Amino acid sequence: MNIDMNKVTEILERNPKEPGAIIAVLQDFQREFRYLPVPAMVKASELLHVPLSKVYSIATFYNAFSLTPRGEKVIRICKGTACHIKGADKILEQIEAGLKLKPGETSADMKYTVEVVNCVGACAMAPVLIVNDKYHGKVRCDQAMGKVKRG
Amino acid sequence: MHIDTPKKLEQWRRDCRKRQDSLKKKILVCLGPGCLANGSDKILDEFKKVLKDKKAKDVSLEAVKKTGCHGFCAQGPMVVIEPGGIFYAKVKKSNVAEIIEKTLEKGEIIDKLLYSDPDNGHKYTDYKEIPFYRHQVRISLRNCGQIDPDNIEDYIARGGYAGLAKVLTDLRPKEVIETIKKSGLRGRGGGGFPTGRKWESCAQIEAPIRYVICNGDEGDPGAFMDRCIMEGDPHSVLEGMIICAYAVGSREGYIYVREEYPLAVINLQKAIETAREYGFLGEKILGSDLSFDIRISRGGGAFVCGESSALMKSVAGEVGEPRAKYIRSVQKGLHDQPTVLNNVETFATVPVIIDKGADWFVSIGTPKSTGTKAFSLAGKIRNTGLIEIPMGMTLREIIYNIGGGIPDGREFKAVQTGGPSGGCLPADKLDLPVDFDTLTKAGSMMGSGGMIIMDDRTCPVEVARYFLEFLVHESCGKCVPCREGLLQLYKYCTKITRGEATEADLALMERLSKTIVTASLCGLGQSGPNPFLSTVQYFRDEYLAHIRDRKCPGGVCRELIQYVINDKCTGCMACLSVCPVGAISGEKKKLHVIDQDKCDACGSCHDVCTFAAIDIK
Repeated sequence: MNIDMNKVTEILERNPKEPGAIIAVLQDFQREFRYLPVPAMVKASELLHVPLSKVYSIATFYNAFSLTPRGEKVIRICKGTACHIKGADKILEQIEAGLKLKPGETSADMKYTVEVVNCVGACAMAPVLIVNDKYHGKVRCDQAMGKVKRG
Repeated sequence: MHIDTPKKLEQWRRDCRKRQDSLKKKILVCLGPGCLANGSDKILDEFKKVLKDKKAKDVSLEAVKKTGCHGFCAQGPMVVIEPGGIFYAKVKKSNVAEIIEKTLEKGEIIDKLLYSDPDNGHKYTDYKEIPFYRHQVRISLRNCGQIDPDNIEDYIARGGYAGLAKVLTDLRPKEVIETIKKSGLRGRGGGGFPTGRKWESCAQIEAPIRYVICNGDEGDPGAFMDRCIMEGDPHSVLEGMIICAYAVGSREGYIYVREEYPLAVINLQKAIETAREYGFLGEKILGSDLSFDIRISRGGGAFVCGESSALMKSVAGEVGEPRAKYIRSVQKGLHDQPTVLNNVETFATVPVIIDKGADWFVSIGTPKSTGTKAFSLAGKIRNTGLIEIPMGMTLREIIYNIGGGIPDGREFKAVQTGGPSGGCLPADKLDLPVDFDTLTKAGSMMGSGGMIIMDDRTCPVEVARYFLEFLVHESCGKCVPCREGLLQLYKYCTKITRGEATEADLALMERLSKTIVTASLCGLGQSGPNPFLSTVQYFRDEYLAHIRDRKCPGGVCRELIQYVINDKCTGCMACLSVCPVGAISGEKKKLHVIDQDKCDACGSCHDVCTFAAIDIK
């Protein structure tokens, strides 16, 4: 997949050029490209003087980073304790069945990515489903797919 | 405007209060996470739009304020009108015009929007009278839901930065530490280490630089207190950190905010910039010799980064793996320099202690756990939301007086505190007072403040399995007892939930837990078996029911239960359309049947059935 290297340069320029800035840079990459493209990681490694192995180690350690492109719509199912006891698993099952995707997978047409998150701190409205940045609270399992499709 | 003397701050405070008082009425719209998800941002816009279009008597456009979480999330979206604390629950966009016309212009109360007690139907006008609020004492949450987090004048008018001005004019650093020590304040992140002693240790070490870090990682699932403080009252956190910097002699601070809280990052960033502009951060704060600045460090979504040494590695741009703590981080922390790390709620409490004095703080709570503690109430409880209570209140008072008890006529089974490091306490522990030491002694812990209530339709074994799965995923993998031990514990726990385990397995799990507790490197592993240990201690009969009888008393574990349709079924087809495996057959207005060979007992049918026609056996 081709990426805009100008964007990579832009991100590297607005962050401090020190090894300590690597996580912040990767976060900016993730936000811009919705994943961490290899050429971007290589460029960051060179510029911030962080070995590429270490960049890879950070990229695979933190949940926020993805090494494969994510879809246009990222569907996140909260599996915090409150959501769990209020049936988050059932919502996940409906979505898995509806989109034919497992957590972490992206559809072939790049439209959907399904993810499971630990807790988004919206426990009072459990169970929570997040479609891109829109929070849906008190979701019933029969409503889940509708919310995914509509936004 | 640059405030360069405490005197100017007081002058400015008077001006702010005057401006606030000139607003005869205030409309506070909660934009906390719960209300926001229910569309409170649209309600805010509607208020602005209607007020812009029409000139309402005594109400200006500035009277509409967005606030952080007001607390009573179960009743959101909520709108509070001051003066009088008129509390409108479950407000819709279509109610806005009526609120302006009746309540703001004519001073009438709209009865249908008031909160009504589900037990006796009593309606409350002033939110302070509602049982949910009445039993609370709010210190760290003092401004949440009361101020616009983006407006520093709101914070100043409510006494903001008065604590800072007081330390800079009246107290030497040592005296600040003495005050905090005397207040008995203990870390609100979960461990409960005395804050004053931590500051003192840091200040005593000779070093070229010292750091102050605020832990805003709040990784415990089921906890959202820190989120609401960072989003709803960011200046209180900054003020606490600046006071700490003065006490320990630091010039540089960081706030570590977890990735899942983007709004907290935005609000804190705005607050930092405003604080710099007014001279509360930067060089020569309020004209004193204190220079201090704060940067935000965004987390990467790793639970272990809530642990102090892992967090500091993450701030330094490395993989967040903890280290052995023979040398504590207060001696060698960030970049190997002395570092004070406190959590959001702790820092937010500091300015009030300075302002009102240690004796006042000691007068609240219990002798060994002074002050208050914020909790997020969630799970199977009527009044979900954000609360703050004096230490020493019993679990029963919290769950029934504030929380309103268990909904849907179900029975209480357990309360879970302390997140994955904590434990579940049963009904006979409900009269325990909530303080650091009592909860630890009972096999749970205070933790950061997540309080999850479980009813009789919850399975303690399955809850333990859930937390172990979480911990297996979040273990950083550095030390073997945690990485491998928790994995084995998880596998055995799963075996139990499937009815495949023996009593010998249970004994093995208990032995293994002891090893994990003793031999793990950091708090994650050391407390990792707690969810299992506390449930097996208090709900052993349920573990045995799974093992001996292959039954799940809570009706949760799929391999051990069956869903069966009874004759209350009206043939509405709701369950049929929701079944993910197509196990339900039937025609409209005719009794449906579940094919037990196909059914995987997910329970979706049970959730959607409105006729109580599906039994769990």
